[in-house]
Amino acid sequence: MTEQRTPLVEMKNISISFGGIHAVDNASIDLYPGEVVALLGHNGAGKSTLIKILSGAYKRDAGEILINGEPVHISNPRDAKGYGIETIYQTLAVADNVDAAANLYLGRELRTPWGTLDDVAMEAKAREVMGRLNPNFRRFKEPVKALSGGQRQSVAIARAILFDARILIMDEPTAALGPQETAQVGELIKQLKREGIGIFLISHDIHDVFDLADRVSVMKNGQVVGHARTEDVTKDEVLGMIILGKVPPKAIAGPGAMQSA
Amino acid sequence: MAKTTIAAPSSSVRQTQGTALQRFLQATEIDTRLLGMIGALLIIWLGFQLTTGGLFGGLFLTPRNLWNLTVQAASVSVMATGMVLVIVTRNIDLSVGSILGFVGMIMAITQAKILPPLIGFDNPATWIIALAVGIALGTAIGAFQGMIIAFLNVPAFIVTLGGLLVWRAGAFLVISGATVAPMDTKFRLMGGGAEGSIGATASWIVGVLACLVIVASIINSRKQRKRFGFPLRPMWAEYFLSTVGCVTVMIAVWVLNSYYMPVNLAKKYAEANNIPWPEGGLQIPLGIAIPVLMAVGIAIAMSFLTTRTRFGRYVFAIGGNPEAAELAGIKTRWVTVRIFALMGALCAIAAAISTARLNAATNAQGTLDELYTIAAAVIGGTSLAGGMGTISGAVLGAIVMQSLQSGMVLLRIDTPLQSIVIGIVLVMAVWLDTVYRGRAK
Repeated sequence: MTEQRTPLVEMKNISISFGGIHAVDNASIDLYPGEVVALLGHNGAGKSTLIKILSGAYKRDAGEILINGEPVHISNPRDAKGYGIETIYQTLAVADNVDAAANLYLGRELRTPWGTLDDVAMEAKAREVMGRLNPNFRRFKEPVKALSGGQRQSVAIARAILFDARILIMDEPTAALGPQETAQVGELIKQLKREGIGIFLISHDIHDVFDLADRVSVMKNGQVVGHARTEDVTKDEVLGMIILGKVPPKAIAGPGAMQSA
Repeated sequence: MAKTTIAAPSSSVRQTQGTALQRFLQATEIDTRLLGMIGALLIIWLGFQLTTGGLFGGLFLTPRNLWNLTVQAASVSVMATGMVLVIVTRNIDLSVGSILGFVGMIMAITQAKILPPLIGFDNPATWIIALAVGIALGTAIGAFQGMIIAFLNVPAFIVTLGGLLVWRAGAFLVISGATVAPMDTKFRLMGGGAEGSIGATASWIVGVLACLVIVASIINSRKQRKRFGFPLRPMWAEYFLSTVGCVTVMIAVWVLNSYYMPVNLAKKYAEANNIPWPEGGLQIPLGIAIPVLMAVGIAIAMSFLTTRTRFGRYVFAIGGNPEAAELAGIKTRWVTVRIFALMGALCAIAAAISTARLNAATNAQGTLDELYTIAAAVIGGTSLAGGMGTISGAVLGAIVMQSLQSGMVLLRIDTPLQSIVIGIVLVMAVWLDTVYRGRAK
């Protein structure tokens, strides 16, 4: 990576606490265009919380967010979407009882000149996008509830890329998927990367994301242990960062690094 | 959207597999749940017809009974359309009966006590002012309860349980328990009756217009689907649906037009219009009652709101997954406030219908209506778990409830026994629905 460029996203010294517990404590991460950064850590390490601040689901207590070097104010999911930040949540966050097209456009429905929903146009666009992602997908008229895990995942991903996202956040994108569907998501991530989209991959399982990521950022107990380029470190070294907070020589240590090292 | 359609075929060409019935349902895209409900309703009607004097001599399927049935179901079905939205978003509104009582009382006081000294007795604007005051008040009450639910996070059950007590007592307090009567003559038209009906000619016109709308919407939907090259219904299915729709509308109009003014009213009418009283009496068809027209209009408007607008889409999305809706950027709290405000406005319209029908407002008006309203919505397929329900189902549910009541009155069944039957039917209907949904998965 050419580190001289302006990062697409920079989260600086972010802190948030819930009832006295520092879920995220003075954490800083960044992301460049066309780059995949894996955010790793145990369950409860604070990675999902940190990323939810970026996607507008939580409000930070301290710190700042810069997009293309400009400080921005994100206080709800709509603000985040306004900056081209799209999120695919671990829980998929789809409305089970409505169909794929309704989910793709949820909150941003297409409307006819009369102000009514343009369902036909939405379905047409949904067919187009889904055709690109998952050509076997045909169940446009059914509630999402009736779909398989992989199909629901493609609906969630389609929703994120439908609106020209520049920054994509994927929280455990392959947790609910079989091997074939996981491979599909991997292909998709590479394709999106070529289009210059910056992607945060969040996972507690290093094997899911190591091959896809350009860099890893590791969190532990709400703090950033360190950053490293995947070509500079081994999986075992990253595991050491996750479990012990031990920072290998080629990685950059953060505030959460083991002090004795 | 909320319709449970038959599993879509996995190819873009419509498959021709399964039995003839399956193919038929698939081609016409008829909602099988709704079909089942219509079937149940017809069975209930036929049952009462047979038990009240046989297929041809029965008292149930007479123009008179059916006409009354439509008028009696109007008030609850107006409220049931709003209750669908409330229940779809996993809330409940127990206060609708009390809001009806309170708002009805305020509307009555407005037109009987406040307005006459100001603008004179029988002023043509009286009914409009009274209705506007009622709708504004109902909306305000609903919005207020909605805000407590959405922004103070008090469960809807509790807020509206409080509302049930508060507004009922309010209806008593504002006039110390007195009954307010009579209503303004124009306001009274909203209650139906001989004067509050539109007559034969106008009813036929309404029927023809309804048919034109049905055909136009079928043509339009086909055009839209063609524009984007989506699979189309076969032509015979389009013709079938248009025909069934139009024939149903026309039969309904014909039945309502076959109910004639009772003799003494007809005599008064003849005198008032200087028509000589003929030998065999005058047969003046009543046609569609105004409250029924209002209820149908509201049902259509509410269907449109739930299926064609952004607001309706949000209501269902919130019901399906509140967290996802919030993360998608929907202002879920404001949607909740708007739903309850809308519910309040519908209570006011229902209050206008029922006070006009009674020609008086009492503090007990609408007692237990919350339960009938919820029952109508639930019998109509609205799921208490949220996310599912249709306006047409709720209206059908209201008609089912009213049919049971009217039928049992015709059979001279005692009131307590009527309640027992309705209670049992409610539980059975929901059980059957659960079984159906279990199968559909």
